Amino acid sequence: MIVFLLKRLANAALVMVAVALLAFLIFRFLGDPVELMLNEQASQAQRDALRIRLGLDRGVVWQFLTFLGNAVQGDFGISYRNQQDVFQLIGERMPATLELVLVATVLSLVIGMPLGVYTAIRRNAPVAQALQFVSVVGVSLPSFAVGILLILAFSVTLGWLPGFGRGQVVQLGWWSTGFLTPSGRSALVLPSITLSLFQITLVMRLVRAEMLEVLRTDFIRFARARGLRDRTVHFRHALQNCLMPVITITGLQIGNLIAFALVTETVFQWPGMGFLFIQAVTHVDIPVMAAYLLVVSFIFVSLNTVVDLLYAVVDPRLRSDVVRGGAGGG
Amino acid sequence: MTAPAAGPVLEVRDLEVAFDTRHGRLRAIDGVSFAIHPGEILGVVGESGAGKSLTGAAVIGLLEPPGRIVGGEIRLAGRRIDDLPPAQMRALRGREIGAIFQDPLTSLNPLLRIGDQIVETIRTHLPMSDREARAKALELLVAVGIPAAETRIDHYPHQFSGGMRQRVVIALALCAGPKLIIADEPTTALDVSIQAQITGLLKRLCREHRTAVMLVTHDMGVIAETADRVAVMYAGRVVEIGPVDEVIHRPRHPYSVGLMASIPSVRHRAASLRQIDGSMPRLDSMPTGCAFHPRCPRCLPRCTSERPALEPAGIARAACFVAAEAPAHA
Repeated sequence: MIVFLLKRLANAALVMVAVALLAFLIFRFLGDPVELMLNEQASQAQRDALRIRLGLDRGVVWQFLTFLGNAVQGDFGISYRNQQDVFQLIGERMPATLELVLVATVLSLVIGMPLGVYTAIRRNAPVAQALQFVSVVGVSLPSFAVGILLILAFSVTLGWLPGFGRGQVVQLGWWSTGFLTPSGRSALVLPSITLSLFQITLVMRLVRAEMLEVLRTDFIRFARARGLRDRTVHFRHALQNCLMPVITITGLQIGNLIAFALVTETVFQWPGMGFLFIQAVTHVDIPVMAAYLLVVSFIFVSLNTVVDLLYAVVDPRLRSDVVRGGAGGG
Repeated sequence: MTAPAAGPVLEVRDLEVAFDTRHGRLRAIDGVSFAIHPGEILGVVGESGAGKSLTGAAVIGLLEPPGRIVGGEIRLAGRRIDDLPPAQMRALRGREIGAIFQDPLTSLNPLLRIGDQIVETIRTHLPMSDREARAKALELLVAVGIPAAETRIDHYPHQFSGGMRQRVVIALALCAGPKLIIADEPTTALDVSIQAQITGLLKRLCREHRTAVMLVTHDMGVIAETADRVAVMYAGRVVEIGPVDEVIHRPRHPYSVGLMASIPSVRHRAASLRQIDGSMPRLDSMPTGCAFHPRCPRCLPRCTSERPALEPAGIARAACFVAAEAPAHA
């Protein structure tokens, strides 16, 4: 288990270094930040001073190592645009994105899994077929369209829910949460539905496909031959054996959700990291872009590692501390 | 030996199983009749596709759609069971009829401890507390010859060898004290050295509990060692049925003759094994008359148009015009 863990961590570290290199290369290829930051009347002395302050006068390798060293300590430099510490900037926006993604993930599992089981067990029932059809729409509808339609229906026409912003937030240390106030919670509804719609259909279709696969296996047939009740066969035996791919996809999709949140955040003016990134792109604010890239990759890689470890929790065959016994024939 | 005082445990009469397809109805089992008495082991042999396993599946009510029973009846201890509603049939499975499947490696749920799988089966059928059921599970594991059962009960299926897993499967089939066991190729997936142990175990346990067994296999060696009577199936029909010694040493039906001649013998080394030319007809192109006539070395003119019924031939019964006139020998 320890060896497995160390291996996974080494892999993760390697991936992060590679991503850092990419993030660093953005600096090299997106033009001279000094030109972008100062206006055309700036003197050569002012340019040089800024160049030295940003560390742009040193060699490439030195710059990368410094970048890496600083990044590990959470220092991503200062924003070109508003001269603020980038890490702090992202830190302020991260809770908004993570809360949105968390709610969307929970929604997708809580709604998607039962629907998947239902459509697999009753695959010829009209309701199941209708769900299958609707899910195709869910998969193919772009999230900005869904967002705009939801705003139109529930904020503009019916006026039930807020269509932009995060409502009132409560500060818990450095974390700002919208869960604790009524306006914060109601502000979460539409964006999280928008973000999770694709996930719900994805989870549903995944669970359905896996269930159909598992229901054909010998051990399910044997469970039926043992006279177990349908409920036991479906939920205890079949669903549990579908969970591996669901965990994988959900884990990986959390990364995607954070990335896709960019669109949803823009539609709902949600003050998260994605919204920050879009602003950074418009202003060629490279440190913010690089830091965003690193932070999102870090979350991605961490999730992947956690997913690998979770496998061992669900599947006893992957637990190396369970000694392989039963040597010799029967 | 075939007529004890009590009636038969299983009585199958004129069973017909068919698949309704777009190209019409395909009759996979066509008028099969046999009976099994308490403590008796009936071997069912035939090549792949003869309908052996399908007959077993029909008896435990686990035919895969679109396959269904379209004629005849199945009686368990005198009570008709082929027309029971699904819920009652479910309660019967595992309680009155146990099942053993071909591949012990895939018959058990990989995510549950074997003890839990036995306990869940016991508690589905018998009014026992968790502790009582566990004690009974332990007893069963000892009875089927699992060494160190007290610790093995908490192990997962992957920690057992194939032969050990088949012992666990046998324990599962026996756990509610069924009257009948359907064993579908129980030794086919095992090493030859393990096969004899498993058939020996099955035979001993069924003798002790007076459980009737329908042993489906294509392995004549297993039949010769284990069964009391044997039914030879060909193209969805029983072509010969009788005491095992009689059918093996004095087969009447030309198909049985061919089947017995194709068994390799260790004692008599043959230059080459005899085989039956041709292959079994497809369901959608059944020949008229006797289904075996295109491959039969002793085909008569009437065999191509008339279908022979199962008639007494010696102390066995065979469905063959030739066998009824003069006994054949291997």
